[in-house]
Amino acid sequence: MAQSHPVAADDAELRFYVADEHGHAEGGTMLGFWLYLMSDCLIFAILFATYGVLGRNYAAGPSGADLFDLKLVAVNTSMLLFSSITYGFAMLEMEKGDQRMTQRWLAITGAFGLCFIGLELYEFAHLIHEGATPQRSAFLSSFFTLVGTHGLHVTFGLIWLVTLMVQVHQRGLIPANRRRLMCLSMFWHFLDVIWIGVFTFVYLMGSLK
Amino acid sequence: MSARAPVSDGRHAETVQVEVVHDHHEAGHGSRKEYITGFVLSVILTAIPFWLVMAEVFSDSRVTSLVIMAFAVAQIVVHMVYFLHMNARSEGGWTMMALIFTIVLVVIALSGSLWVMYHLNANMMPMSPGDMRTMP
Amino acid sequence: MNSEPNPIDTYPHWWRLLFGRFTLESLPLHEPIVVGTFIVVALGGLAVLAAITRYKLWGVLWRDWFTSVDHKKIGIMYMVLGIVMLLRGFADAVLMRSQQAIAHGGAEGFLPPHHYDQIFTAHGVIMIFFVAMPLVTGLMNFVVPLQIGARDVAFPFLNNFSFWMTTGGVVLAMMSLFIGEFAATGWLAYPPLSNIAYSPSVGVDYYIWALQIAGVGTTLSGVNLIATIVKMRAPGMSMMKMPVFTWTSLCTNILIVASFPVLGAVLALLTLDRYVGTNFFTNDLGGNPMMYVNLIWIWGHPEVYILVLPAFGIFSEVTSTFCGKRLFGYASMVYATVVITILSYLVWLHHFFTMGSGASVNSFFGITTMIISIPTGAKIFNWLFTMYRGRIRFDLPMMWTVAFMLTFVVGGMTGVLLAVPPADFVLHNSLFLVAHFHNVIIGGVLFGLFAGIYYWWPKAFGFRLDPFWGKVSFWCWVVGFWVAFTPLYILGLMGVTRRMSTFQGTEYQPLFVIAAFGAALVACGIVAMLVQFAVSILRREQLRDVTGDPWGGRTLEWATASPPPAYNFAFTPMVHDGDAWWDMKSRGYKRPLEGYKAIHMPKNTGAGVVISGIATVFGIAMVWHIWWLAVIAFVGVIAATITHTFNYDRDYYIPADEVARTEDERTRALALVKA
Repeated sequence: MAQSHPVAADDAELRFYVADEHGHAEGGTMLGFWLYLMSDCLIFAILFATYGVLGRNYAAGPSGADLFDLKLVAVNTSMLLFSSITYGFAMLEMEKGDQRMTQRWLAITGAFGLCFIGLELYEFAHLIHEGATPQRSAFLSSFFTLVGTHGLHVTFGLIWLVTLMVQVHQRGLIPANRRRLMCLSMFWHFLDVIWIGVFTFVYLMGSLK
Repeated sequence: MSARAPVSDGRHAETVQVEVVHDHHEAGHGSRKEYITGFVLSVILTAIPFWLVMAEVFSDSRVTSLVIMAFAVAQIVVHMVYFLHMNARSEGGWTMMALIFTIVLVVIALSGSLWVMYHLNANMMPMSPGDMRTMP
Repeated sequence: MNSEPNPIDTYPHWWRLLFGRFTLESLPLHEPIVVGTFIVVALGGLAVLAAITRYKLWGVLWRDWFTSVDHKKIGIMYMVLGIVMLLRGFADAVLMRSQQAIAHGGAEGFLPPHHYDQIFTAHGVIMIFFVAMPLVTGLMNFVVPLQIGARDVAFPFLNNFSFWMTTGGVVLAMMSLFIGEFAATGWLAYPPLSNIAYSPSVGVDYYIWALQIAGVGTTLSGVNLIATIVKMRAPGMSMMKMPVFTWTSLCTNILIVASFPVLGAVLALLTLDRYVGTNFFTNDLGGNPMMYVNLIWIWGHPEVYILVLPAFGIFSEVTSTFCGKRLFGYASMVYATVVITILSYLVWLHHFFTMGSGASVNSFFGITTMIISIPTGAKIFNWLFTMYRGRIRFDLPMMWTVAFMLTFVVGGMTGVLLAVPPADFVLHNSLFLVAHFHNVIIGGVLFGLFAGIYYWWPKAFGFRLDPFWGKVSFWCWVVGFWVAFTPLYILGLMGVTRRMSTFQGTEYQPLFVIAAFGAALVACGIVAMLVQFAVSILRREQLRDVTGDPWGGRTLEWATASPPPAYNFAFTPMVHDGDAWWDMKSRGYKRPLEGYKAIHMPKNTGAGVVISGIATVFGIAMVWHIWWLAVIAFVGVIAATITHTFNYDRDYYIPADEVARTEDERTRALALVKA
């Protein structure tokens, strides 16, 4: 290369700069997003810790065993699981470059997500109607906050999903959009992982006597 | 592009492998088979704990807790591997490193809080005069 | 509890719909100190605004600074923010020192207790979140990409957004001075005091939303810098060839990403308690205030290391540069940093030994606390051995480093003392503790930041700082620090607790007067520093450095021009040694003079200003319970963010001939220096 400067005889090959670059290495997005997810994970860790510490403080109010409807939770869990696999299918179609099928699977994922949110809202409304409000006891405060924060994440995931569907519709599966879809994929599956913790620690263990 | 550059810096000669970053980025995406395997495993690992609790299979609730916690851990691993495509290679191992670090911190925060607050309650909130007498 | 009638009850319904709980009584017109401050700040602010308008600088500010995604400019903006807030935080300190020097033996002093409580709260919050954090983040932002041979950070837009979120937090904290009030709870707002029952006013809400908004920015900037360091190092720079400052920055940002979410979550729970009436930290219905203390220190202790690790990095760079030697024990320095990073998560309970967790818990956390002092001590020895037989040049950065070593060691030792739980039971909440943490934060963090400012100022602006005023400032600061805080150690051992606005007897007064005198000396130090900046800017032609390497630096930031061009390096450097630039110089590296290529760079955008501006409005609306505005602002933040994602046109190329023009100019300047 013309720009390499021989400095000394034995260092003839030594170069101090890259003479021939191929633009910006655009590789940080996935790592950056993963780091964000890890930070989110710690938010949930704190909410789990709070639930762990305060989750038995019923203040003479209802306990989990009195309140939880495990059948509903099972249905809800399945919604999230289905949405995970359908998002996976969307990603596979994206790999193939099939925009129409990608959009279709994304829409199905969104529908499952919406069902999940709907069921959760129904459950919350039911609990509040029965007097088990977030203000009733520390147990209920931490329950509503933990489950609600997860639900809020799913809601933002849905808003994001719709945004991405519009963007894919406008510009197709260009690299920027693929990258965004992959970030949302990580986000979506991450929420599923959190939900495993929620249904195990909150619902199932809370229903035990 | 990579250049092998022999460097002698007085102390010892070494060979520096210089790599101009070419990211084989964007971890793996998995195949249809992977996703379906993950899904089937998840369904099984979800169904069993629900069944254990709903059908009250074990009489001792502590046993049930431990078992369903084990299932949860297993399912989290399944999700990580089959849905999030975690492996030790993606992003030069940094995602795995970040994950391990996070898990360590989550464990510290969770178990530490429980331990600290449990001891606080044990020491500071005796529930009965009997408890009071047996306090350390 | 507040027994006074709430003025809001006398306002009509439409007022409450429109303005929430804001009333004309919220303006602290009855407090002459605040009114006076407001007049001064308002006049000063108006003068600045008028000057900007007069010299038609708005366009320049907006185009070249506010909307800039250039890491160097964002770094400088962080520094300006931090220094401005240092003045505010220090003003609070002066008020406290003078109040405590006066109010003995029945004298009331000039600050009523409620106002005094706000002052010590604001002092702590501002110094940590809006002085130390911006200064640390600013230096990392400016230096790290240059040190690793990168052209910008991994996510340039996010960087701009993070800065403006931090500024949004500052705006809220400053607003509380003149509209409403600030929290009167202490800097961590422990419940139950911070719960709605005992702090019904807006103070704690200002606190919550200021920290929450700034915290988003901090977390994102942490993600950004980690990704930058991991992904964008120059070819050849393996992890163990990274400059120590980059290493400590990496660890600091890891700590940020892993701890600020904890703060956010805890504050969110407190917010729910205050706004929704949940029972996390209340005294009844199963709530547990101590859980808040436990959780917030899971963030709080790593925060200490977030601040001090970059300072350690700065000292390492400065020591090796000004001793003309490779840093002693580079590897041990790196390992010590990593060990501190992990251990910092295992010591949080030492902040509340007296909570009553019992012997086993306390001894565990006492021992981990003592262990963490080992890697810190190792670092001190590394610096000492670097200095040993070095050719030390006592320029200002090195002076601050030596002052740090002497001061910080004492702070560290009192820290180990406090780590012994039985000793802590005696000294907890006393002025001994106050002296200890000022000893490590001023002696460690602030001295480090000053060393960093003096060290990298020529890089940022192309001229050195005036050494005379720098030395005046240095001696005032260091002596002032010791005069101010030694009495507090003594008072702490005498049993004086912190956060007192009056004292019944007069036996403590002499020591408090000495402390106030120390604060006055520190004030002289701050003034001298500002004079130094002004003098240096006026004399910049005499102080000009054209070489880009005024100190005989060792790391890559000194390889480029001062101030560096927008693209930092015309050619990405290739690294063969830990002290990359030293290595290049010693092997007779010559600057390439031709073959420039177009350079790919990110475009400026105003989205960061807009989104964080709306977020700040959201914060204000939440503080004052103006629900309609809160809803609109919340939707606005989401809408603005989504709109921003529809902008795909985010980068451009600096054409090769423009690069050539910039580089040729430098070539000519360098030739002039040599001639």
